[in-house]
Amino acid sequence: MRRIMVGVKRVVDYNVRIRVKPDNTGVITEGVKMSINPFDEIALEQALRIKEQGLADEVLAVSIGPADTQQQLRTALAMGADRAILVQTDAAMAPLSIARVFQKVAEAEQPFLTLLGKQAIDEDNGQTAQMLAALLDRPQATSCSKVDIADGKATVTREVDSGLETLEVDLPAVLSVDLRLNEPRYVKLPDIMKAKKKPLDIKSVADYGVTEGAAFKTVKVDPPPSRQKGIIVKDVAELVGVLQQKGLV
Amino acid sequence: MSKILIVAEHDGGKLNASTAKSVTCAARIPGATIDVAVLAADAAAIAAAAAALAGVSKVLVVENPANKEPLSAVLAPQIAKLAAGYTHVFGPSTTFGKDVMPRVAALLGVSQVSDIMAVDGSHTFKRPIYAGNAILTVEAPAGAPVVATVRVASFEAAAASGSAAIEKVDPGAALPTHTRFVSRSGASTGRPDLQSAAKVVSGGRALGSAENFKLIYSLADKLGAAVGASRAAVDAGYVPNDLQVGQTGKIIAPQVYFAIGISGAIQHMTGIKDARTIVAINKDGEAPIFESADIGLVGDLFTIVPELEKALG
Ligand SMILES: Cc1cc2nc3c(=O)[nH]c(=O)nc-3n(C[C@H](O)[C@H](O)[C@H](O)COP(=O)(O)OP(=O)(O)OC[C@H]3O[C@@H](n4cnc5c(N)ncnc54)[C@H](O)[C@@H]3O)c2cc1C
Ligand SMILES: Nc1ncnc2c1ncn2[C@@H]1O[C@H](COP(=O)(O)O)[C@@H](O)[C@H]1O
Repeated sequence: MRRIMVGVKRVVDYNVRIRVKPDNTGVITEGVKMSINPFDEIALEQALRIKEQGLADEVLAVSIGPADTQQQLRTALAMGADRAILVQTDAAMAPLSIARVFQKVAEAEQPFLTLLGKQAIDEDNGQTAQMLAALLDRPQATSCSKVDIADGKATVTREVDSGLETLEVDLPAVLSVDLRLNEPRYVKLPDIMKAKKKPLDIKSVADYGVTEGAAFKTVKVDPPPSRQKGIIVKDVAELVGVLQQKGLV
Repeated sequence: MSKILIVAEHDGGKLNASTAKSVTCAARIPGATIDVAVLAADAAAIAAAAAALAGVSKVLVVENPANKEPLSAVLAPQIAKLAAGYTHVFGPSTTFGKDVMPRVAALLGVSQVSDIMAVDGSHTFKRPIYAGNAILTVEAPAGAPVVATVRVASFEAAAASGSAAIEKVDPGAALPTHTRFVSRSGASTGRPDLQSAAKVVSGGRALGSAENFKLIYSLADKLGAAVGASRAAVDAGYVPNDLQVGQTGKIIAPQVYFAIGISGAIQHMTGIKDARTIVAINKDGEAPIFESADIGLVGDLFTIVPELEKALG
């Protein structure tokens, strides 16, 4: 079975205005809209396209998170994933522990390709894919904006600070995807119904022999420093005047 | 006592300014000794530049043809070996550091502290989360190596006034061949570098075409500024991806930032939080960009930008 594994993280929706808890222990996540991490939707879309090209047989969506993460996995199944695994935990796990769970799932499921997001937009860590590649001793390519699979290899274009970089990696490999890779499809109603019948296995972290390995200690969470209210100028002449006064032009 | 190893970023010939900024971050840890590792095919010029950074004690040079291109699968095992005896291993939070450092961290059996924006102690750091909408203070455990990336926009470059010793080393790591470099494109426009420029002029979706984006380039040239863009402008193909500013683009800290025809989405604003002065030009007086702009001008960019360029003489 030619399998692609995709990471699907449940995160606060990117449109939600983030507010820090008054006691500075974290951000408010109660009662806010939760969604699939946007980068993970792109990873899933890419996996589906590879399958539709006839280059894969199965797309497996994997998430580590609380029981409610079933919602996001059902959405992934409705998008077209064939199967999902929820490794259920309420712990805030360290990225290395998350990568270890993915490692164990990969060892059991033997995907030829693993697609993760380049970062989860909650903690903005950007490390799971690279760690997983290290643990599996496999090639990695991060921030991919183009992925071509052929002859047991992936040719990928990466978005880097200086432009674009193209790498060739042997499969199996772990890739992290960037926003411009594709436009994820919309989920259609009949697909949501069909997705209810697709397999969603619930496992525990212990099932994979991984300890939950707490994340770094959170000392506190603060709101960002706010900028001072600025001024509105009426025309170009006034703008240039202010810029000159500040020594900026 | 903290012993910090900094992984140098370079393009094969020149040291990247992100290294000098990482040195400044490391120097905020009281009593730290700072060494720099240069992994390259031909390291002489890069190592000399690293050795000149104030605060650096020693430059470790690993010269190997396999290090010609920055392939993380090749570099990480070498860096992990070099890390022995160090309490901290830092790299820049650029696409280079973001790619390689987590792989190093996993080999060392630790998680990474991503995007350090401030140092509160040898194991306590501030970093942005939720696209910069919250600032997390984290404490990494003592007794394990601290692997971290440094948010370069948060630190000035260390001065080039030092003279560290340069030492050739052989980490003796087994290097994989499963990852191969094919090509690189883009960059070197002759304009100032977006990540280090004092002035940046950025355009958004409102420009409407690559052709119209010439307005932005022209104003930038007049100001001696670098050019940036919103994601919408990049996605629409007006400009290449390396000009994107924001959460998933470049995080920059210029003296002055011109946001022209950019609405001010949080993902964009994350990239310019540290800009000293933000100037916004937008025809919609209600655009969110005006909440963060120091100087706002409401109007049509297609009349304002040429006028501004003319007024600048
Ligand atoms: C996970 C994720 C990550 C993202 N990362 C980034 C990122 O790194 N960087 C980024 O920029 N975005 C990012 N985005 C996208 C972001 O949410 C916005 O969609 C994007 O920044 C909008 O770009 P814009 O301001 O150019 O376009 P719009 O939001 O369409 O704004 C165009 C503005 O131009 C003004 N305008 C129109 N015509 C004129 C005129 N003639 N004269 C003057 N003003 C005019 C309009 O009033 C409007 O305010 C990300 C989104 C997601 C989901
Ligand atoms: N708890 C999780 N469940 C599923 N996927 C995850 C989880 N954490 C991280 N990932 C994957 O790893 C990517 C990078 O996450 P991070 O390293 O946390 O920024 C995400 O886009 C996901 O694809």
